[in-house]
Amino acid sequence: MDRLLLKNRAAIPFDDLPKISYQALGDIAVGCLCAALRPVALFGVPEERHAESVRIVALFADDAQGTLAVTSVSAQRGATVPSLTPSIPAFHLFERQLWEEFGIVPEGHPWLKPVRYPHDGHPPRRIEEGYRYFAMKGEESHEVAVGPVHAGVIEPGHFRFLCDGERVNHLEIQLGYQHRGVERLFREGPLAAKSTLAESVSGDAAVAHATAYAGLVEALGDTVIPRRASVIRAIGLELERAGIHLGDLSALCNDIGYLPGTQLFAVMRTDIINTSLVLCGSRFGRGLLTPGGVNYDIDEKKKERIIATVRRIRDNAGLLAASIFDNQSVLARFEKTGSVDTATARAVGLVGPAGRASGLTCDIRLTHPTDAYADHPFMKTILQNGEGKAAVSGDVYARAFVRHQEIQDSLRYILELLERLDAARDGIIAPVAPPRPDMIAFSLTEGWRGETLHAAVTGGDGGTRRYYIKDASFHNWFGLALAVRDNGVSDFPLCNKSFNLSYCGFDL
Amino acid sequence: MVFRLLRARWRHGSQAVPDPTTAMPDPMFRGFPDIAKEGAPSAEMIAACPGAALTVNPVAIDLGKCHLCGSCARAANSPIRLTNRHHLGQTRRDALIVTAGTSFEEYHARAEKGRDEIRRLFGRSLKLRSVSAAGCNACEMELNATTNANFDMLRYGIDIVASPRHADAVIVTGPVSANMADALEDTWNATPAPKLLVLMGACAISGGLFAASPALDRRFFKDHAPDIYIPGCPPHPLTVVNAILHYLGRENGR
Repeated sequence: MDRLLLKNRAAIPFDDLPKISYQALGDIAVGCLCAALRPVALFGVPEERHAESVRIVALFADDAQGTLAVTSVSAQRGATVPSLTPSIPAFHLFERQLWEEFGIVPEGHPWLKPVRYPHDGHPPRRIEEGYRYFAMKGEESHEVAVGPVHAGVIEPGHFRFLCDGERVNHLEIQLGYQHRGVERLFREGPLAAKSTLAESVSGDAAVAHATAYAGLVEALGDTVIPRRASVIRAIGLELERAGIHLGDLSALCNDIGYLPGTQLFAVMRTDIINTSLVLCGSRFGRGLLTPGGVNYDIDEKKKERIIATVRRIRDNAGLLAASIFDNQSVLARFEKTGSVDTATARAVGLVGPAGRASGLTCDIRLTHPTDAYADHPFMKTILQNGEGKAAVSGDVYARAFVRHQEIQDSLRYILELLERLDAARDGIIAPVAPPRPDMIAFSLTEGWRGETLHAAVTGGDGGTRRYYIKDASFHNWFGLALAVRDNGVSDFPLCNKSFNLSYCGFDL
Repeated sequence: MVFRLLRARWRHGSQAVPDPTTAMPDPMFRGFPDIAKEGAPSAEMIAACPGAALTVNPVAIDLGKCHLCGSCARAANSPIRLTNRHHLGQTRRDALIVTAGTSFEEYHARAEKGRDEIRRLFGRSLKLRSVSAAGCNACEMELNATTNANFDMLRYGIDIVASPRHADAVIVTGPVSANMADALEDTWNATPAPKLLVLMGACAISGGLFAASPALDRRFFKDHAPDIYIPGCPPHPLTVVNAILHYLGRENGR
């Protein structure tokens, strides 16, 4: 056996991982080319007794079967392995990360460079020392450097535009400014006490990361949460999704100077996040989740308030969207701006709404459902655009339209879940068993940005040997770089907002 | 087509908070901790506090470290209750520590106002430059929300600007990663004096959850003393607006 098949949120003994060679890993990866498998993660786990040995764990998803395939490779720090990136571009960041963290050199990698300048890199590198950006020569070619501190109230990152006049040839994105050592902090102290930290991995996707984290702790301890808790978690997650999508539609309208959309979507977002506050005391859903269940129940009064707001926003957002998506001055800016075609999206491994806007079908809620999503399947309405087709054109229009569609789907699903709440009267929290020793577990959640992975390896004493997080932004930043090619520099804010990726979720 | 847009607009009416200085968040909001004089926090409550904000001797919560996550208040027989009082801004670091028996009024009375020169210069117009230094985007989104149609901080002449050259104050979010230390220093140096330093959120004030992380570099605060501390995780937009208004001597909004 060169791989083990698992379900989402499964834990297995670490020693049960198949061991193969890096070349054999390449053979499995080639399966990605025929789209049967999708690379989800590739990360190193330092071996417990041999400081110089690293176990490279690879995780793939089979979206059609709803299974995950896991395998591993043993390597030494500083070893050289044949790079998989030339054949499967989606591996480019994973291999850069292995090189940065463990000094494992992927020979033949097309552009090996730092990922996030971590505090514990091997060898350590300093962000100030700089790195030689990809350069372009030509009579009219010039570079535009932006960041790390940006003009608005935004997280830091550096963007280097290689331009030909006004046209962007390529955008190189260098992140790492937000690196806080999050994965290391997960390893210190009891794993079950890290809810607040999980919510801070990316504060705009607090419920998504808290869901992935709590699912992981429950998998490691074999804890089953009450059905009522799983329903409330899903309500929190969908409120978060609807709130952010409304805010992003507002920001997209702002970037094209369409002010009615800016203001009205923004006040609807306020309404939705204030509903999260009613649910759990935080506009960002913080404090809602805990391993074992949720901290706050939904009583009849809360239920009525949530239903009233959700119905109102569903109708008002639908009405406003209808007047935006057939407005010529809006369409002129949204359509054919920042396009990523399906083949490119698949090659670089786009996930979430950005992937779906480019025609990919990935959605953990549908393909690898757990908890409430397994009990009460999430159904998608494929809304039609003006031409009677689903928006899969991969441009800003498609990403905006997919957001609009997901707002409607999420709000409808919240109403369905609230109806099921009465039938689930089994409490909101279950006792959490401590993590079993020497296990590895994976927990995938569909956050509003897309696939959110938390994985952990426990040690012989039940402590945490490795904690690994992959935010949806990990794949999607490169999608943004590709989207702005051949667009005007001034359309960058529009493209950027249509993705709205996380800096801190990437930098960790 | 335009009629549909007008209909969409009409349905929303006016969404502006009429008076941000008196508005209260929903009773569910977790704000000022009310600590009873009787009873002490249990060892479990101390261990569960993610920011190590809760102490036993003396019984106190340091709002510079507290994430208002509510875990201590939810514990059985807890002497702590989180109220929805949200005017939490302070001007001294030690004033953020709430001991048992401290009332919200006592806490709020500790907040000082800026000196006369500052109030004269910035009282009617204060421009903020935001630096996110490893913030998780929750503080950043709440800072953005202060300028939206609901909270509309611009009505007081307080705005966020795109360049440090245009700014009267630097507002820092996040625990300051080593990788952002230089950029923060550069932004501060590029801001013309006189200038204010405002810290927003538990991470900026104390390092928060990340205080023990070797990936931080907080030496900036050794050289530069903050003028306003705005606690929370993230602070509510109303907390931000009122902390600044209070400092400018405009706590009634006038």
